[in-house]
Amino acid sequence: MSGPIVELDRVTVAYRERRVLVEVSLAIDAGERVALIGPNGAGKSTLLSVATGLLRPIEGQAYLTGEPVDALDRLAVARRMAVVPGTASLPFATRVEEVVALGRLPHEDPFRGARPADKAAIAAAIERVGVGHLVGRDARELSLGERQLVLIAMAVAQATPVLILDEPTVHLDLRHQVGAMELLVDLNERDGITVISVLHDLALAAHFFQRLVLLDQGRVVADGCAADVLTPERIRDVFGVDPSFVHLPLAVG
Amino acid sequence: MATHAETLVAARPRVVRSRGLRDRPVLLVGLGVVALVVALILGVGVGSVAIEPADTLKILANRFLGLDIPRTWTDATETIVVDLRLPRVLTAMLVGCALAVAGATFQGLLRNPLADPYVLGTASGAALGAAIAVLIPVRFVILEFGLIQGFAFIGALGAITAVYKLSRIGGLSPLTSLLLTGYAVGSLLAAGLAMAMYVSGAALRQIFNYLLGSFDAATWPRFLATLPIILIASIAIMLRARSLNGLLLGEHAAAHLGIDVRRERRILLALASLVTAAAVAISGLIGFVGLVVPHVVRLLVGPSARLVLPLSAIGGAALLAYADIIARVAGGIPVGVVTAIIGAPFFLLILRRARTGYEV
Repeated sequence: MSGPIVELDRVTVAYRERRVLVEVSLAIDAGERVALIGPNGAGKSTLLSVATGLLRPIEGQAYLTGEPVDALDRLAVARRMAVVPGTASLPFATRVEEVVALGRLPHEDPFRGARPADKAAIAAAIERVGVGHLVGRDARELSLGERQLVLIAMAVAQATPVLILDEPTVHLDLRHQVGAMELLVDLNERDGITVISVLHDLALAAHFFQRLVLLDQGRVVADGCAADVLTPERIRDVFGVDPSFVHLPLAVG
Repeated sequence: MATHAETLVAARPRVVRSRGLRDRPVLLVGLGVVALVVALILGVGVGSVAIEPADTLKILANRFLGLDIPRTWTDATETIVVDLRLPRVLTAMLVGCALAVAGATFQGLLRNPLADPYVLGTASGAALGAAIAVLIPVRFVILEFGLIQGFAFIGALGAITAVYKLSRIGGLSPLTSLLLTGYAVGSLLAAGLAMAMYVSGAALRQIFNYLLGSFDAATWPRFLATLPIILIASIAIMLRARSLNGLLLGEHAAAHLGIDVRRERRILLALASLVTAAAVAISGLIGFVGLVVPHVVRLLVGPSARLVLPLSAIGGAALLAYADIIARVAGGIPVGVVTAIIGAPFFLLILRRARTGYEV
């Protein structure tokens, strides 16, 4: 397939008078690993909502595999793009494997439900993400970090070419943060899944992602590798902190 | 990845240990069907004239299966079985099925374990409709459906339509808005009902009877007129089990899992309301079935709507059939009182067990 797998073309989004995205253009090719960074309110989550077709921009257009995303029905989007929810609550007791199984909804037979192929995909996702020890437990009783991993397993079970995450490390301790990042790298490099993630932790973004997209006040202000994007000036201007507070693993560049 | 393999191996015994009813829904369906058949035979036998289970079976086989069986029963017995008791038992089952399916749907749709079929104003709408019908001096009957049933049906559907339309105005999230609007409209209708009861005078008892719910007025035409509505709408709900499953993790997650949330919400609300309205029209307001049955089923088989909906249908049918038998044996007390008296302690017991360990 030629052309970007996920693309935003001059997208503008406004809530009443306030413009939260201003003429944002972004093209992500299949197989890329992209971190969206920027301060709170920069428009990162809004950008994801547009890219996933949940939010229709007042101007511009989002494309998924070359097609306008709002021209696709939800099922077609869900077969191409899995989204790990930032927060999720369950109204009823639900076992870990039942949550992971929800990832198969876009694929399963609407009348007969999960087939052996779906069950295999569920088991494989549980193993891949390493949540086998949680099987059988009520997902509502897990720690926030464990729950996050279960939701990632659900998205892996969805088996889509694009994986989108909003702050996947926010509730994880350091070891699990690194584990989750390594998993994303592995999914990207071994399976060729395009990974797009909002991240707050600049060090994690710089270390694990080839491409960083920095948003500020609804605009893309920098786009490239960590060494080019995270300059001391930008850290001071965009995040409003003294760059000496931020230790980045820039030895790579 | 050695660590992953290890964790999987460590997890295996747990999975094996937890294989119970949850993985054998067919067994539950079988148990449910047996319970329904027993309820049918008991329900036909119990009453002022007791009828032997053997006679019941013979009469049914003779009448409905066309078997040529030597008559050991009188014509009067046959009339009691076929024209009086059978429609009553079947109506109880139909209404139980309807309320449990509607309850499971509303709980899943609103993502609220406390939801029941009446949560969005259908109960107060139906009650006000019935009260108005009682107060109107005109009487007419089509297919044994009088003004009370007709107005209750229209009242229930009217109330939920109003709730749905009104909930779309304003900036709240759709679910919060639906629940709050349902509460507000319900309160308004309840005030109307109170007013109607206040001015009703001698007709008060008639309104009150309707509110308590019963199957005294069950007849074949009423049963047969309601059957297709409840059956078709319930099956249509079951065919949309995937949408209810998608909503488990919330509306955003559902959208990302391929569910057209707005459309599915509209369709499922309409179907569940239709089922509720039909049930309410023939039986009045019977509480607790729609709330409790889906929860009990979920504790047995987990939250998947593919299992919860059909098993709730069977469980609700059985529960109301037995509740009606108890109500008749206890001297004709309202069946809604029975469902609450049995249901509430049973529900509390199950909740206590569920908290100590997930596996029931």
